Amino acid sequence: MAAEIKGWDRNQMAARAAEELEDGMYVNLGIGIPTLVANYVGDKDITLQSENGMLGMGPFPFEGEEDPDLINAGKQTITELARTSYFDSATSFGMIRGGKIAAAILGAMEVAENGDLANWMIPGKLVKGMGGAMDLVAGVGRVIVVMDHTNKHGDSKLLKACTLPLTGKGVVDRIITNLGVLDVVDGGLRIVACADGVSEDEIRAATEATIV
Amino acid sequence: MKKVYGSASEALDGLLFDGMQIAAGGFGLCGIPELLIDALVDSGVKDLTVASNNAGVDGFGLGKLLETKQIKKMMSSYVGENAEFMRQYLSGELELEFNPQGTLAERMRAGGAGIPGFYTKTGVGTQIAEGKEVKQFRGEDYILEEGIFADLSIVKAWKADDTGNLVFRKTARNFNPPAAMCGKVCVVEVEEIVERGALDPDHIHLPGIYVHRIVQGQHEKRIEQRTTRKREDA
Repeated sequence: MAAEIKGWDRNQMAARAAEELEDGMYVNLGIGIPTLVANYVGDKDITLQSENGMLGMGPFPFEGEEDPDLINAGKQTITELARTSYFDSATSFGMIRGGKIAAAILGAMEVAENGDLANWMIPGKLVKGMGGAMDLVAGVGRVIVVMDHTNKHGDSKLLKACTLPLTGKGVVDRIITNLGVLDVVDGGLRIVACADGVSEDEIRAATEATIV
Repeated sequence: MKKVYGSASEALDGLLFDGMQIAAGGFGLCGIPELLIDALVDSGVKDLTVASNNAGVDGFGLGKLLETKQIKKMMSSYVGENAEFMRQYLSGELELEFNPQGTLAERMRAGGAGIPGFYTKTGVGTQIAEGKEVKQFRGEDYILEEGIFADLSIVKAWKADDTGNLVFRKTARNFNPPAAMCGKVCVVEVEEIVERGALDPDHIHLPGIYVHRIVQGQHEKRIEQRTTRKREDA
């Protein structure tokens, strides 16, 4: 199933994910497509958390203004804002575990219909570690996954059960893919919206998980 | 109560023994105790267990202690930036205990606060929970994690006074305060030692009670991922 799939591109997925964010929210964005979400928050008053110890994460610095003491969780140089605060890692994960962060937007390798999430290791391949992903999915108010609907072989990444080691059990609330938006509900996944030019039947055909 | 030492090697003198456990501050290469790591390399101390979020990169930070095979075991959340680490790990020379990042930070904080264990929902239902006690609170499962009580803490701060009151800078604070708290002895390297009274008491990030030895020195402060934007994007 190598045929070009219709639907949203990376930026359109990020833009759709940004619609999930409401004024006043404190939010943690993962690496990859989730990072692009920051480009689409518009006028909304959103504070980005970087779990290495910062609230109010700003954009990348201008060339020549990089500060080795100021990086994000992806170890990239960033900048601060007028609202920024810094704190240690125990405090940072205290606010994550304590449910103070309204939402995390993360990438994933697999999501199961019961909300199980796998995004940290593939057995037999290089294991780099879970970083803060397990803490985030266990602690934040709402977990939103942004990922391609299928893998590079065309197989569904929305499964009846995850095959990879879990990052969290029953933690995912909403999934935004290139084909549409799905919620984890009792009994499986519910289609909330279809991407432009994609039908519900096409989503069903591309999804292994139960759609209710 | 003299806490200020002339060099990193002097600051570690008499504290090191083979097989000891060390808690190290830093996130990636940001805020790592690079001078004390170099001094550990020079000391030749071996069979170390090191609790640190990351393991440095090849040739810098904890990567240096890996090259000399002085580390027996790492307790970390993410180790992906280090080819020598992976080589030793895959060949079975190096033990690795993965900790979720927040669990690692809290294990250090708890150890420093005299708390031998705590329950967390991080990792429930995952490989991390295997072999750990599960207990229900308010209808939800939590797993038992243990505090870390290290033999030595090595941390990096921005400024100190001679009593060990510390101020960190931006995101270089990260694991340094919890790592500092959990060691029997804490050695700190700073960019500047200032006069008593020069630090506002209301702006101390870590009080000197946690700090036993201080050394001032020049830091390379290497950047791991240099990312910028162009002026015209503004």
